[in-house]
Amino acid sequence: MKTLCAIALLLTAATAACAAPQASVPKATASGVQKSHGANAASTVPQIPASAAPQLPRFRFENFTTANGLPDNHVFSVLVDGSRIWAGTENGLAVYENHTWKTYTTKDGLAHRAVLSLALDKRTGDVWAGTMGGLSRISGGRIDSYTQLTSGLSNDVVYGVSVEGENVWVATAAGGCRLDLRTGQWTLYNERNTPMIEIWVYGVSAAPDKVYYAVWGSGLLEYTQKTGRWDKYEDPDGENEIVLFKDQGLIHEIVTSVSYVDNIVWAATYFGASRYDGRYWHNFLTKDSGLPSNFINFLKGVDANRAWFCTDKGLAYYDGVNWAVYRPSLKDGKPEMTVRNAQGKVTPVAVTTAPAHNYVLGIDFQGDDIWVATAKGLSHGIRQQR
Amino acid sequence: MSGRIQTATGTGLTALAVALLAVALWTDRLVRASESDAVDYASPLELLFSPDGSRLYVLCQQIEEIRVLDAATYAVVKTIAVGRVPRGIALSPSGDRLFVTNTWDDTLSVIDTRTLAVTATWPVGTEPSGVVEDRAGKHLFVANRISNDVAVLDAQTGEEEKRFLAGRGSSYLTLSPDGSRIYATHVYPNPPRVRTDLDNRTAPESEITVIDAAHAVVVDRMPLHGVAGVFHLAFSADGRIGVVAEYHPKNLVPLAHLEHGGAFAYTLTLFGADVGQPVEVPLDELERYASQPFGVVIAPNKSRLYVTIGGSECVIVIDLPRLLRFIHARQRPESGSFAYDLAASANYVIARIPVGHNPRGLALSRDGSKLFVANRLEDTISVIDTRSNRVASTIALSGPITVNVLRHGEQTFYSARYSFQGQISCSSCHIDSTFDGLTWDLEPDGFGRDIVDNKMLEGLKNTEPYKWIGTNPNLPTECGPRTEKYFWRSEQYDDLTLADLTIYIRNLPTRPNRWKLPGREMTPAQERGQALFAREVDKFGKPIPESNRCSYCHSGPKGTNQMISDVGTRKATDNTGRFKSAPLTEIALTAPYLHDGSARTLEEIWTVYNPDDKHGRTNDLTKDELNDLIEYLRTR
Repeated sequence: MKTLCAIALLLTAATAACAAPQASVPKATASGVQKSHGANAASTVPQIPASAAPQLPRFRFENFTTANGLPDNHVFSVLVDGSRIWAGTENGLAVYENHTWKTYTTKDGLAHRAVLSLALDKRTGDVWAGTMGGLSRISGGRIDSYTQLTSGLSNDVVYGVSVEGENVWVATAAGGCRLDLRTGQWTLYNERNTPMIEIWVYGVSAAPDKVYYAVWGSGLLEYTQKTGRWDKYEDPDGENEIVLFKDQGLIHEIVTSVSYVDNIVWAATYFGASRYDGRYWHNFLTKDSGLPSNFINFLKGVDANRAWFCTDKGLAYYDGVNWAVYRPSLKDGKPEMTVRNAQGKVTPVAVTTAPAHNYVLGIDFQGDDIWVATAKGLSHGIRQQR
Repeated sequence: MSGRIQTATGTGLTALAVALLAVALWTDRLVRASESDAVDYASPLELLFSPDGSRLYVLCQQIEEIRVLDAATYAVVKTIAVGRVPRGIALSPSGDRLFVTNTWDDTLSVIDTRTLAVTATWPVGTEPSGVVEDRAGKHLFVANRISNDVAVLDAQTGEEEKRFLAGRGSSYLTLSPDGSRIYATHVYPNPPRVRTDLDNRTAPESEITVIDAAHAVVVDRMPLHGVAGVFHLAFSADGRIGVVAEYHPKNLVPLAHLEHGGAFAYTLTLFGADVGQPVEVPLDELERYASQPFGVVIAPNKSRLYVTIGGSECVIVIDLPRLLRFIHARQRPESGSFAYDLAASANYVIARIPVGHNPRGLALSRDGSKLFVANRLEDTISVIDTRSNRVASTIALSGPITVNVLRHGEQTFYSARYSFQGQISCSSCHIDSTFDGLTWDLEPDGFGRDIVDNKMLEGLKNTEPYKWIGTNPNLPTECGPRTEKYFWRSEQYDDLTLADLTIYIRNLPTRPNRWKLPGREMTPAQERGQALFAREVDKFGKPIPESNRCSYCHSGPKGTNQMISDVGTRKATDNTGRFKSAPLTEIALTAPYLHDGSARTLEEIWTVYNPDDKHGRTNDLTKDELNDLIEYLRTR
C-alpha cells in the first residue's frame, strides 16, 4: 500500500510538474548547453541592491531537460562525482560528462528505469543507485543489480542508499538493510530487530560512528556502529500535526530524509525539519524559519550549521542564521530568490534564472556549485561571485 | 517433497561387470596412492626473471616454495618456503622485493630479494592470486579469486585500503609497460547482467578490468564476449600490443557433438594501438586444437608471441607481424571475433613446440633468445631456443621423476590428448579442478535438451551417484565410458589410467571455507539459519514432512543423502524431473544453481524456483529468515 502511495507521490510530482510554471530550458549546442535566460524579474520584484541582503550564495542556473539530452524530465536524484554528474530519472540513470549525456537503462542491467536515490563510494568511484526495482552498482561502466528475488535485499523499492567503508546501507519500502561488500552478507533491519514500527524507510545516512534511517511514520532511527545499539527519535507530540512542544524533539514522525554531517543530524519530514546535535533539537517550520514549505522531500547538510532543503515549493538554503529560497515564482514562474535574515525580514533578490521547477527532489554539491533534481529537469546552479 | 524417493541403481550385467572391474582396480590403486603419497612434487606454476636477468624465480605450488635459480647455470640458489598453495608472483619495480600470494591461507609473502628471506606475511583477501606493485611503490594490487575483486594495499605496510569489483574469479594482474594501467583478468564468466530467456541460459561474458595505477580507480572494462576462462595478459615492450589468453566455450550447442565443430575455441584477444579495436583470434588449427592456453609473452622486438597450451602440452609460436597483417587485412566479423575460423591460425602460428605435462608460466630471457616454460605436472622447466624453436634443455626441479597415482591422475585430468582432435580435457570445464560457472548441453538428445550446470569437483568423494540425474553409480563410470562416449569421441583410457584419474578426482582436497568461523563458532545469522535448516515444524506450527526438510535431502557431512527426488524444478527441456540431491560443499562459490543453472543466486532457488514448496518448505519464511538460511548454507 505504501509503495503505491510512494508511486502516487511521485506521479503527483510529475503532474505538478506539468501544471507548474516552467523555467526556461537551454538548447543543446555543440559545446554543451546555452545559458538559461529567465524572464525579467524587475517587472514583478522590487529591485534592491544585493548588498542589503545577508550574504547568501547566488547562482546562475542552467537547466537540463529532455531537450538537451536528459532521458526524462522527472529527476528524482542527483549525484556529483568529480566532473561527472549522475541524474536518477524516471526513465534511466543519466551521466553527464564532457558536455554529453549518456543513459543507462534496464538493458544495461539497471534494476529498474526509475532511479530514486544515488550514492558514491568515494574510495572506489562506484555509484550505487536505488531504484523502483532494486539496487544497482555501477562500477567502471558495468552494472550489477540486486533485487529481493536475486539477493538478500529486503525490498525492491529502494528509496535511499549510503556507502560507508565496506558497507552499503539501504532504505527500502520494507525496512533497512546493509550489504557487507567483503562477505556478501545482507543484514535486514525491520520491526523484528529494531525499534522501527513502520518499515517504510525513506532515507539513510551512514558514517563510521552512526547510521541514521529516516522512517516514514516511525521517526528517526539511530544505529551506533560500535555497539550495534539502536535508538529511536520520535515526535514528542506523537502523530499530531500540531507542534505542542517546540524544539523538544523530532518535528514529525513522517521522516523523509536524513543527513548526518559533522556529528549533526539534519532530518526532513513532510511537516517541517529538525536539527539535532546529540543533545538539543531545533525545529524548522515555515512559520518561524525561511522554509518555503513544510513538505520536504530531501535535505543535505553542508556542515554542522548549514543545510539545503528540497521542498515542494522551492529549494531552500540555511546558513545557520539566514535563509535563501531559489525557485520559479509560484505565481508566475519567473525566476525568484528571496533572503530571510535572522529577524525574519524577507528580501527579494534580483535574479534572472531559477531551478527548473519548484518541486525539488534532490541536491548535491560540486565545489561552490549545486546540482538540483526537480520534477521538471535537472538544474546546475553556478555560483556567482559578488 | 511430494515426489517419491529412491536410490539410483545401475542397470544391466555389463554395467555391473564394468563397475566391479573398475572398483577392483580402484581399490588396488588406492593402496598404491597411499604408498606414494609422500612424493612432494614441486609443480612449478609461474616463472619470473630478476630485473638484471641473473635469477629465475620459480613458484612451486604443490611444495609451497619459491625456488631461486641461477639463470645461467640453473643451479638452485635458494629455496624459500611460503604459504599454502601459492599462485601469484611479482617483483617490485626495483626488484628488491618479491611478492607471493598464498591462496589457501589468504596471505601475501614478502621476500627480500637480497637476503632471499621472507620478511613479512600479510593477511590479504580471499584466495589471493595475481599481484603487482605500482611504479611509485605506493600500492600493491592483489586479485582475489573468491571475492571477485582486486584489493589495493599500502605497499609498505600491507594494510588494505580498498577493493575494486573485478570479474568473477579475479586472478591475474598485469602492469602496462608505462606503469599507468593495471589489467585484471578472471577465470569464471560474469553472471548474466539481465535475466534471459530460457532460464538464464546464455553465452558467457568476461572482461578485462582496467585500473588507473596512479589514482587506483577502475577506468574501463573491456568486454570479452563468449569468453569464459581468461588467464595471463601480456604487453609488447612499447605497450602498443596487449594480448590475453582465454577459453571460448561453445556451451550453447551440445557438447556431444565434438566432432561437429568443437566444444571450445581457444583464443587470444589482442588490443592496443597496433591492433585498433580489440579482436579475438583462434589458436586452434583445422584438425588440432590448442587446448587451454595459459601464459603469454611477446618478444622484445615484437617478432614473436609465445603461448603455453596447458592441455596440449606445447608452446605455440606466433609470428606477430603476420598476425597483425591478418588482423588488418581480413574483414572483421561484426562480433570482432575470428574464434570459429579454424583456418585462421595457419596465417600466423608458425610452430607448436612439445614440452612437458601441463605447461603454465613462461618467461623470456632479456635478449629474447631463450624461453623458459614451467611444466607444472612434470616438475621441469623447458628451455627453448627461440631461434630454432626447439627445446634446448630441460631443468629438473626434483630428482628422478616419479609419477605416482595421484600425479598420473592429475596429468590425465589436464591432458587433452584423449579427446577428438585434442580439443578438451576435464580441466577445460573444471578450471583448476573446480568448475566453470556455465551450463552445458551434454547428451546427444537434441539441441536444448537436458541442460546441466557444471559442478564443483572438490569434496566429490562419497557423494555418488553422479550426474544430476544420478545414473552413474560411481566415478569410474562417470569418468570412463560416459566421458569416452560423449565427450572424448576418441581414445579410451586404459584401465589403470581411468583408475588413477578417478582416484585423483576423489582425493581433490576441499579449499578452506571462508564463511566459517574458527572452530565450531557461528555468527548469529548462521546459527539462526542452521536452526531453519534443521527445523521440523513450519512457522504455523505445522509439521514438515521429513522428506521436505532441508536436513533430510542435504544430510551428512557433504550435504547430500545421495538420493534421487523430484523437487519441482523440472523444465520443459528436461527429460525427467528427478535429480540427485546436490552436495552442499563450497556452495557459496558455485553459482549458478539447480540442475540446469537456472537459479543465478542461492536466493533464486527459493524466491523463483520453489513456488509449491517442493524444494523444502520455505515459503513461510520471511526475507530475513531466508537470508539467515543462506548464511548458514555458505558455511557448508
